[in-house]
Amino acid sequence: MKRRVVIIGGGVAGMQTALRLHAAGIGSVILEKDSATGGKLRDWHKLFPTFTPASEVLDPLRRAVGAAGIEVRTGAEVVGLDGRGAVLADGTRIDGDAVVVATGFTLFDARIKEEYGYGIYDNVLTSADVERMLNEGTLSMKNGDRPRRIAFLHCVGSRDEKVCQRHCSRVCCVTGVKQAMELKERFPEADVFNFYMDIRMFGSGYEEMYREAQVRHNVHFVRGRISEAAPTIDGRIQIKAEDTLTGRPLRMSVDMLILLVGMRANDDNRRLADSASLTLAPSGFVQPADPFLHSVESGAEGIFCVGTVTAPKNVGETLAEAAAAADAVADYLKNR
Amino acid sequence: MAAINWGYGISKPRAIDIDRNNLRRSDEILHEMPELQSCIGCGSCTAVCTAGNLTEFNFRKVHTLVRRGEYEGAYELMNRCMLCGKCRLVCPRGINTRGVVMLIKRKLGDF
Repeated sequence: MKRRVVIIGGGVAGMQTALRLHAAGIGSVILEKDSATGGKLRDWHKLFPTFTPASEVLDPLRRAVGAAGIEVRTGAEVVGLDGRGAVLADGTRIDGDAVVVATGFTLFDARIKEEYGYGIYDNVLTSADVERMLNEGTLSMKNGDRPRRIAFLHCVGSRDEKVCQRHCSRVCCVTGVKQAMELKERFPEADVFNFYMDIRMFGSGYEEMYREAQVRHNVHFVRGRISEAAPTIDGRIQIKAEDTLTGRPLRMSVDMLILLVGMRANDDNRRLADSASLTLAPSGFVQPADPFLHSVESGAEGIFCVGTVTAPKNVGETLAEAAAAADAVADYLKNR
Repeated sequence: MAAINWGYGISKPRAIDIDRNNLRRSDEILHEMPELQSCIGCGSCTAVCTAGNLTEFNFRKVHTLVRRGEYEGAYELMNRCMLCGKCRLVCPRGINTRGVVMLIKRKLGDF
């Protein structure tokens, strides 16, 4: 009898896991709560450090899922699971021989850091807004003007106890440098300042991209967290920080303030974890059985986890991990 | 008649105000030596600096302030540099630090 795996989440993690299982002769059903597959990547413009359009990753995955005839159920919100299937919001039970949790992450809601004025002042944007506007070709100030001075703020909703997000989201630093370069290309006359705590360029080619932003694009990097944003009389945004490398307070007005929002755990991780006795890390992300030899296993029988449901990751890491997850699932089914 | 000194004073604001500072010279410096932007603030230059160990001179801090448009006193401080070049030997970003000293002195000499 053909085995079937229930995959919760139709982002890059879920789709890639389904494709790798398919290649191993194992069928699967993808349960996606949105109306289409693709997850967060659907609204993303380009991927660091190569500036690869997100569609060049997403489209081949979606085509392959279609060509493989993998069953995809959209609008399917999962409210509970165990090692043999998942329960949807409407009470339907989807049975399978194993379950893969690939439910991803939630973007930090920048309005919670009220002092930065997101949702209050025009021209305070998040990194996700910038990606969407770059995709739509609409990136400019609210009144249509070209910005002359742009500030990025790193670590919004990361490494911040005040908003209960102690972890580092990893990808925002690299995204901030990438977007600084994209904005400098779009608005060459603008001065771009990145306010950072630490610059964490952890991947291959990232440090090189950072250096390119500094030397070739003349992006200014100031080490210090912006304490507040306030409107000026002429409708710009005044920001304050400490320039910690000179030990002096610093202030300036900018035309656009971009908040690099972090990746946080989904609110419903708790509900899913309780239904299947999964362990959650203090950050709220699902904790794998162990970080080395069983990093895609949940510790609960028949339940696997892949992608950003366990920790912030970039697209490349997620795709590679999906292959590992499919391998672990195939192993599990063989030995059962 | 001389004003009576009552012992009160007004503190000068310490904040770096990018809106007030004239960044033209800073831009010129970075245009001539873009590699200066790649400084990661590690402090290696200052750690090995003989002048910095004996005087107030802090190369990392001075060039960072100059990049923010804070030129006051920079020329005088850069004069403490003996151009020994140890900082250039240790800079992990390969910045021509001695060249930075000369460039800043040339650009800010008449400041």
